[in-house]
Amino acid sequence: MATATVQPVERENYLNKEYGVGSWLLTTDHKRIALLYLISITFFFFIGGFFALLIRLELLTPAGDLVQADTYNKLFTQHGQVMVFFFLIPSIPAVLGNFLVPMMIGAKDLAFPKINLLSWYLYIIGGIMMVHCMLTGGVDTGWTFYVPFSTAFSNTKVIEAGLAIFVAGFSSILTGLNFIVTIHRMRAPGMTWSRLPLFIWAHYATSVIQILGTPVIAITLVLVVAERALHLGIFDPKLGGDPLLFQHLFWFYSHPAVYIMILPSMGVVTEIIACFSRKRIFGYSFVAFSSIAIAVFGFLVWAHHMFVAGISVYAALVFSLLSYAVAVPSAVKVFNWTATLYKGSIHYDAPMLYAFGFLGLFTMGGLTGLFLSALGIDMHVHDTYFVIAHFHYIMVGGALMGYLGGMHFWWPKISGRLYPEGWARLAALIVFLGFNLTFFPQFILGYLGMPRRYYQYPQEFQVLNVLSTAGATVLGVGYLLPMIYFLWSMRYGKPAPDNPWNAAGLEWKTPSPPPTFNFEEEPVVTWEAYNYDEIDSGQKQEAHVVG
Amino acid sequence: MLSDSQTMAVHGETNNPALLHHFATEEQQKDASNFGMWIFLGTEVMFFGGLFCAYLIYRGWYFGDFGAASKSIDATLGATNTAVLICSSLTVVLAIYAAQTARRGLLLLMLALTMLFGCAFLGIKGVEYKQKFDEHHVPGASFSFDHVPIPGHPDQYANPRHAQIFFALYFIMTGLHALHMIIGLGIFTWLFWMAWKGRFTPEYDTPLEIGGLYWHFVDIVWIYLFPLLYLIDRHP
Repeated sequence: MATATVQPVERENYLNKEYGVGSWLLTTDHKRIALLYLISITFFFFIGGFFALLIRLELLTPAGDLVQADTYNKLFTQHGQVMVFFFLIPSIPAVLGNFLVPMMIGAKDLAFPKINLLSWYLYIIGGIMMVHCMLTGGVDTGWTFYVPFSTAFSNTKVIEAGLAIFVAGFSSILTGLNFIVTIHRMRAPGMTWSRLPLFIWAHYATSVIQILGTPVIAITLVLVVAERALHLGIFDPKLGGDPLLFQHLFWFYSHPAVYIMILPSMGVVTEIIACFSRKRIFGYSFVAFSSIAIAVFGFLVWAHHMFVAGISVYAALVFSLLSYAVAVPSAVKVFNWTATLYKGSIHYDAPMLYAFGFLGLFTMGGLTGLFLSALGIDMHVHDTYFVIAHFHYIMVGGALMGYLGGMHFWWPKISGRLYPEGWARLAALIVFLGFNLTFFPQFILGYLGMPRRYYQYPQEFQVLNVLSTAGATVLGVGYLLPMIYFLWSMRYGKPAPDNPWNAAGLEWKTPSPPPTFNFEEEPVVTWEAYNYDEIDSGQKQEAHVVG
Repeated sequence: MLSDSQTMAVHGETNNPALLHHFATEEQQKDASNFGMWIFLGTEVMFFGGLFCAYLIYRGWYFGDFGAASKSIDATLGATNTAVLICSSLTVVLAIYAAQTARRGLLLLMLALTMLFGCAFLGIKGVEYKQKFDEHHVPGASFSFDHVPIPGHPDQYANPRHAQIFFALYFIMTGLHALHMIIGLGIFTWLFWMAWKGRFTPEYDTPLEIGGLYWHFVDIVWIYLFPLLYLIDRHP
């Protein structure tokens, strides 16, 4: 598909403009900050992955033999905290979003470049606190910090972990704030709301959740820390407090947080599917507004995490119904992607393979979510491996597949190099197979009654657990491969043309890698998003406006 | 923070040194800065919202105990502080007016008065905290709230545990509010310095406006905190 010309002489771009540590650590260029985030979250991804590996190794045998119970509690707690707060939440928004939001709307940078850098520093400060906490003893409360265990009983470093997540939360808030203002105020002439790539709509919806949800977990963590340090009684039933209040406040953020992870991934998949089926996306406005609908509904379903916690049955009924409602905009997206594929000219490049993987895994994760929003079934599978499998299908099968697909799709733009396509397709296949082998057995385990967060289990669950651990090993290989060949391609990869996929979108109408101010002259948009029919029918003059 | 002036106006079409390189026009930059502050205030509403939610639930459950605890706080000092903050909001508005009409002396005076009111608020707040400390109303090991009658029910005593929840929320809510005041004083010190150097003109007063927005927001939080915490169940 590569058609554009390759530049023989290296032009000045955002990567080679300046060298030196200071030019990176004090940069306000959104593209460099995106790379700072990329390095940081990759670091945390491998820490979280290491914990996951130890968990799966422990569960290889029914007896608790590899680690002790206390250690196991810390492993699953820190696996969750690191993966949720330090990898998945920042993953697509802070890396791909940071890099692409200004470029896709034709802006020179985000509205507040210094705040963007500040958000990375907050993330790093939170990250250092988290690493320090893990190295000096760790936490064992589960990533959910449930009271009164976390405030009155746990002997681990709850306060430090809570403060680490508090600080990192502000990094997420500032990213969301920056995106919202940028999308409202920085669009290039002609870039109307209905011409925005759906990646932008998805990030807009994500940002709304980030700015409205994150402060609530922030204040909740303040209360947990204060309660633990001073024994205030706000959440302690012995002192008149209400532990359910904590759960309400916690899930008010932490359920929408799932949509912080999955919505950007949906945006990525939309871009990929349109490009590799060479078609305008089916039902543009439905896909756009379903993102907004997911963000809105996402705030109204939190108590489905509390069906067995003792909330009123009437509240549970309403929250059950609303949880079903989230399936509607999600299904709208899946059907529209499928309809886009229909009669498309489909190319099986690596990003598309990840997008296909996303489609299958997200659909399974979403449908099993409906099982869990049914009150009766939730009683049976609550806190079992069924729940674990369900949310890993969403957060790993969905969000992470989208992230990897996006990294492959935009890697030529980010690095200026092409990755090795054959290896990439192989890795996509390995990830898909490894993922299913890891997590599908967990659905069965959960349905049979294996509870989460236990380090030993009855003999009859061993076969399925061995399958899951074997799958995790395959999955690990699948995640290591892209890291190796991305690093390899930075030095040995073929130089990327400006638009290797012949894709629509302003980010492809500028050199690879882009210059510091993104465009050599300010773009003026006169076409609709995803005009693949025009691009492929030879009307390519627009593709060469810049560059 | 939002629109710092010491930067390179590379692609700017005007000569305003405060126009940042990535904005096309001053109008766009001002809009973006204002909008950014409004969004930030939205997150602040949610931040305090979690506390207000917790407060309202326990106030409903333990109304009598909360009333007794509330009555032990000095409402006169609280009312004085409310007046002080309302005055400070007025001086903020007058400061922006002074900048827009190019009266540097008035601008500096109004910024100084705002900071003075802010410090007065924190001083009075400190007196209140001292009183609570002396009365052993600070939650913790030395907390005591024994034999305090519930307002309207002289024969019933408030439950000290429930009163302790009130005081915990009182200190967290007013403490976070005071922290916002201190940050506001920092912002206004910086604005005063900018005004001293003559940076603000009728055409360019964005930092004043967004600093003012923040200050008004912090005032409004207090306008809600005062009746909720001080005036729960007071009657003669």
